[in-house]
This record gives sequence, structure tokens and C-alpha cells, in this order.
Amino acid sequence: MGLFRSTVGKLVSGLRKTREGTGVAITTILSGKPLSKQLLRDLEKAMIQADIGIKTAIELRKDIEAGWERGEIDNGDQALEMLKEQLAAYFPAEDRSLRMAEPGSGPTVILVCGINGAGKTTSIAKICKSLRDEGKSVLLGACDTFRAAAVEQLEVWSGRLGVEVVKGQQGGDPAAVAFDATQAAIARKVDILILDTAGRLHTQSHLMDQLAKIRRVVQKQLPDAPHEVLLVIDATTGQNGVNQAREFAQSTDVTGIFLSKLDGSARGGIVIAIRELLNLPVKFIGVGETPDDVEPFEPGRFVEAMFEA
Amino acid sequence: MLGNLSEKFENALRHLSGKSEISENNVREAMDDVRTALLEADVHYEVADSFCEQVLEQATGEKVLKAVEPGQQMIKIVNDELIRLLGGDEALAAANEQGDGYVPGQASAGSELLFVSPGPTVIMMCGLQGSGKTTTCGKLAGHFKKRGKKVMLCAADLQRPAAVTQLQVLADQVDREVEGPAGAGVSFYGEPEKCAEYGKAVGVAVEVCKNALKQAKQDGVDVLILDTAGRLHINDDLMGELRRVNAALSPHNILLVIDAMTGQDAVNSAKAFNDQLELDGVVLTKFDSDTRGGAALTVRQVTGKPIKYIGTGEHMDAIEPFHPARIAGRILGMGDIVSLVEKAQEQVSEEEAAALQEKMAQGKMTMDDFLSQLKKLRKMGSMKSILGMMPGIGKALKDLPIEEKQIDQTEAIIQSMTRAERNDVDLLDNSRRRRIAKGAGQDAKAVSQLVKGFEMVSVMGQQMSGMGMLGRMKSMAGMGSAEMAAMAQGAAQPGRLKGSSKQSQKNKRKFKQRRGKRR
Repeated sequence: MGLFRSTVGKLVSGLRKTREGTGVAITTILSGKPLSKQLLRDLEKAMIQADIGIKTAIELRKDIEAGWERGEIDNGDQALEMLKEQLAAYFPAEDRSLRMAEPGSGPTVILVCGINGAGKTTSIAKICKSLRDEGKSVLLGACDTFRAAAVEQLEVWSGRLGVEVVKGQQGGDPAAVAFDATQAAIARKVDILILDTAGRLHTQSHLMDQLAKIRRVVQKQLPDAPHEVLLVIDATTGQNGVNQAREFAQSTDVTGIFLSKLDGSARGGIVIAIRELLNLPVKFIGVGETPDDVEPFEPGRFVEAMFEA
Repeated sequence: MLGNLSEKFENALRHLSGKSEISENNVREAMDDVRTALLEADVHYEVADSFCEQVLEQATGEKVLKAVEPGQQMIKIVNDELIRLLGGDEALAAANEQGDGYVPGQASAGSELLFVSPGPTVIMMCGLQGSGKTTTCGKLAGHFKKRGKKVMLCAADLQRPAAVTQLQVLADQVDREVEGPAGAGVSFYGEPEKCAEYGKAVGVAVEVCKNALKQAKQDGVDVLILDTAGRLHINDDLMGELRRVNAALSPHNILLVIDAMTGQDAVNSAKAFNDQLELDGVVLTKFDSDTRGGAALTVRQVTGKPIKYIGTGEHMDAIEPFHPARIAGRILGMGDIVSLVEKAQEQVSEEEAAALQEKMAQGKMTMDDFLSQLKKLRKMGSMKSILGMMPGIGKALKDLPIEEKQIDQTEAIIQSMTRAERNDVDLLDNSRRRRIAKGAGQDAKAVSQLVKGFEMVSVMGQQMSGMGMLGRMKSMAGMGSAEMAAMAQGAAQPGRLKGSSKQSQKNKRKFKQRRGKRR
């Protein structure tokens, strides 16, 4: 047992470092220091801790190491700058605004999906608010007929934001609600229809099929719809986020990511792994609980924040 | 569950387990792979590093390098460390006491919560937004109701729109649907009029919780569960509210609810909640996803607090106590027979099982029995999740397309048979088979395949019924994983069973001979 005790002691002291160390910004570690193997390892560690993923982190570290060997950089600050440039390059300049329907072709439909607890409803409130602020008329469709009080949750938001909700029976077919909502959106000539769906784990194929059905139902009425399919991903998500994105993209042709809960201490690096594998753009970031707490995704700032304290 | 991590470990350890001699370099290489596997599974960087260091230290000692089967020895060390990491020394001691430590699932169940008498025992749930607190509250209420407790759910989340309503609906639902002994029940306490927009009702929850406790005492409630609002660990105001609830009610159990898909940040949130509230335990939710579940290791390490429960689905009964040895076994691809047996026991009573066993021994199993077994099997979870618990099968199963729909088709075929046909499959001539196929919307071949599969299962049943439970397990374990996978696929797709009816005749004869010998 003596052996056990000593190893446990070591683990605890190792973790004490974790507990105290996680708040230290990589910038302070790197700043003003000559580049060394150790600094590069710290850089890799910072990337892994941002959930970028170990493979990408190692690749990026190697790139920087190569730059160092070529003599292009020789200190920590330059290494960090180089890293930030590389990361920002994952998100080249592109149109990150919402895709809208052609003028005169009826309402724009935005389908919002994601796993349980990702923050779909709150994110919808945010999108809704910013569209309302632009003077657009918005209708909400409450397609989460499964979770207790999900419809009520959306209704509270609709009341606060002054928009209407189309809803169905608790436990009813969400595709039927999507149908009704689309009909209503066409009849009322609203600019935008946002469909809220039930949270579902990407591993449950029948629920993913259901999502595909919602999409088909909408498409039948408006051939170009849904114009935008937003996948909400929680910034605290680890490497599983890639699986989520892959499965949702497969069943509903996701057009963009809403990265929620970026106001915590999580860095949201998973979107880089997602970008690398699936080429999905991040369109918005959620940074708080109120409907105003939404920002368009800006790669430079996002990467900057990734390495701040 | 955790399937991916298992696979990574298997790959890392496979090239070790085959070698008769292990050098320090071999071990280092394998541990590098293990480290990568852990990081890909979202285990925190430092936790993964110290884990590997420790395993290395033990593995490079004389003991392993000169052991008869160094690969096995190595796996044992990794497994022991994993159990310790997940459940602490007690879990490891328990696992070792009951065997050689790496037999999966033999550790005692993780200790459940602390209950006080007289009640109410107060449980406070806390966590980040969207981690699954409210759903977990409902599940726990049902879990306790089953065990005879009178439970009250208190809606202390006055921030998220309709959170109060959600909890109320769940309380009603659980009270209605979950059966419990007389006196057990689930009630609800809430003050919806105090709800306000985000940030405007901070602190109100303290009063609501106090009132709930008063009410709970009046009603003679055994367990009071407080569903607090989701909050960021870096939000001082909201964390302050939790501290005040803590001070006012001194909950007996404070549980942190964490999403099993959480990445590296699990370290920060778990630490912050633990520092401010002195947690008693952790609940890991959404464990039924394909997450590698590294957060479990991280959270346990950084808080030092036990993981009490895991959430495994959206339904109110999808909650299980956390078993470190079982999860470690699963991570190492050694399966989880105990959980499987437990799940089966939930579906089949002992009398039912005995009656069926008797029938099987006499070769009298009917299609109806087969159908009811199939239905019960389905209630235990998806085919993949069930088979994933079987030792050694995880890997073989990975590439098999097991379609739940095929079980539907099998059900349809059986339901298209007449009662007489279900009782005696020998009646099924070609004409009947065609009729059944038509009724089930499939071709006659599918019917024949099912009949073949059924015959094989009933012969196997006869053979197995001669053995005790242990013998049965052994005979299953004796099967290669390919055979297991074939069997698994057979269950979903009767047509692909390997045993032809000729074979089953042979088996029947063998079986008769064996029985004869025994007498």
C-alpha cells in the first residue's frame, strides 16, 4: 500500500498545479521569452486546453517549430502571433450573415437544432431580437413538442420580444408544427420564420430522422427553405462536438454554427476542429443570457480571446 | 457509451498484450498512445499527464518487465489506475477484494447519497446552464420514489423562462408514472410569481428554498430536491446566491451536474463550484451520447468528490448509480456484464425467468416467448448499447450495421402468425410462410430466416439451461468475438445466423447425448 499512497500524493500535487495554473494566460507565459522546446510545449498545451483537439494542436505546434528552425521567429510573442494568424486562417473572409430568401419568394426560414442543453431557445431569442431590431417581422415555430415546458419557455421569450408563436400539442408530431408554422408564415407574410426544435443527441438515429422530416416538410412548401440551418454548439463542448456537427450536418444540411455560452471560461476551440473536418462556418457567438448578448463571429477576436486569461 | 475511449485503449494496449517480453521503450510508446487517447477523450491535460506518469512508474519496475504475462500485468495497472482515478482508493480496494481487480463490474456499487432521519434530507443541484439539472431532478425523484421515499421537488430556478413549469410537469409525470411502495410520492413546490428576467431575480431563490423546506417539514417529506438555476461559475452574483442557499438550508448533499460531453473546461467549472460550495458528489449527464467521457476522470480528480449517478437517456428512468470499476472495465473494452444483468433483471422477474428457463430446457419455447423476450430486450436499450456491454464485443460490433428497424420487422413477422403457428413452428409450410410474409410486408425468405434463427436460439437455450448461470456466462465468454458479433447480428437479422437447421439437428442430438450421460 505504501506505493499507492506515494503515487496518490503525487497526483494530488500535480493537480494542485492544475487548479492554480489554469487561469494563467498563455500570453504571460510566452511574452518576452526566447523560444524553446518548453515554450512550444506550453503553446501546444494552451491549444489543447482550448479544446482545439490534440491532432490539430500538434500540427500547429510543428508548423511553428518549423518556422523557428527556419529562423523566421525566435521569441514567444512572435510564436503566438504566428499561431493566431494560423488559427484565424481557418476562417477566411466569407459571408457570415444569415442567408435570406430571394425578395418576393416568401418568408425566410431558419431551422435551429442542437443537442439537449446546447442553448437553442436562448439563441433563438437572440436572433429574433436582432432581426426585430432590424425592423423585420418574425414568427416562431415551437417544434419541441417533447420536453416538458419547452413551448412555454419559447412563449415567455415571444412575449418579451413581441413576436407570435405557432405551437402544437405536447407530444405531437414536430413536423406537423413545422408545417403549420410555415403555412402561417406564408399566410401572414412575415419576413422570417424561426423553428425551434427539441434537443436531441446526435446518436439517436430516429430523432435525427425526425429532424430530416421537419426539413422535408418545410422544403415542400417553400422550395428554397430552410434557408438557414443553424446548429447550436455549447462552447464548453469537448471533442464530441465534431461528432455532433457531423451527424447534424448529415441529416439536415447545417449551414452555420451558433457557438453558445462563450461568456464562461471555455474557449470554444472545438469550432476549429469542426471547421477543419466539415468546413462549417461559425455565424454567431452567444455571450450571455439576455437577448442582446449575441455577436457576429469575428475570427480575429475569437482567436485573440482563446489565449487570454 | 464510452466506446471510443475503449477502442483507443485497446489499440494502445494491444501491441503490448501480445508480447512476451516488454522493454521500457515498449511501455513508453504504449503510454504515449494512451495519453493521446485520454486527451482525445477530453481528459484534462494535467490529469492525463499525471495518469501516464504514474502508470509508467509502476510499469517500468521489475514487477512488470519480469512478469510472466507483462501485457496483462500492464493492463491491470492501467485498469487499477483508472478505477482509482474514477472512484478513489475505496473503489479500487473494493474491486481487488472481490477478485483480481480487473474483472469488470465486480466492484460494489458506488455509495449512494447520505440520508438523514428524521427528514427531510435536502439535496441541492447545481451546475452550468444546459447541463441537465431539471431533468436530473425529475429522474432522482423517481429513483427515490421507487425506493419508498416521499420526495419534494423545489423550483429554485427563477431565471430561465418556464423552468418552474418544466419542473412541475416533471414532478407530476414522475409521480404518475413511476411506481413506488405505499407512502412514496413526488410533490412539487414553486413560487412562479417570483420569476423574473435574467439577473433580476438573483437572491429570491434563497427565500423560495426556505419556504420549500418549511413546507417539506410540514408535509413529512423524506427528500427535498432543490433545482437551482444554471449559472456560470465565474458569475459572482449567482454563485453568491448558491452560497446563500447553502448557508440558509445547509443541504445534506450538494450535487454538481455536469454534461459528459464537456471538454477541457470541466476543470474550471468543477473547481469553482467545489471551492464555493463544497460539493458532495457529481452527476454526469448525457452519458448515452458517443462522448468518450473524459470529463468523468477530470471532474473526479479536480474535485476529489465521487461521481454518484450517470444520466443515460431522456426518459425519467434513465439514471444509474456510477460504478467506477464497471466504467473502467468498459473503457478498457472489457465489457460490463454486471450492468447488463441488472438491466435484464429490471425487465424480467425471477419467476418469469425461471418459467422461461424451464420451457427452454424442455424445448418448448414458442414464438410468443421469443417475441416477449425480444420486446424486453428492446426495453433494455438499443441493441448497440446492450451488446456494447458484453466483454470483448465492443470492437467487433463497431462496423456492424445493426438496424433497430430489423427488430421491428421480426416483430411484424411473428405478429403475422396465427396462435397455433406461434406455438409450433413446425406447422410453417411454404404456403403458410408466404401468407405470413405477405402479412408482415416482407418476402418469404425473411420468414424462413426468422424460423431458422428461432430454432437455433431454442437449441442454444436447451444447451445452456443445463448449466448454471456461471456456466452460461463462461460459454458466452468462450465464444470468439466474431461469433458473438454473428449472434448479435443474428438477433437483429435472423437471416445471417450461421447455424443451419441441419446444424441445429446435430446440436439437438448432441444435447440428448449429453443429457443421457449426465443421468
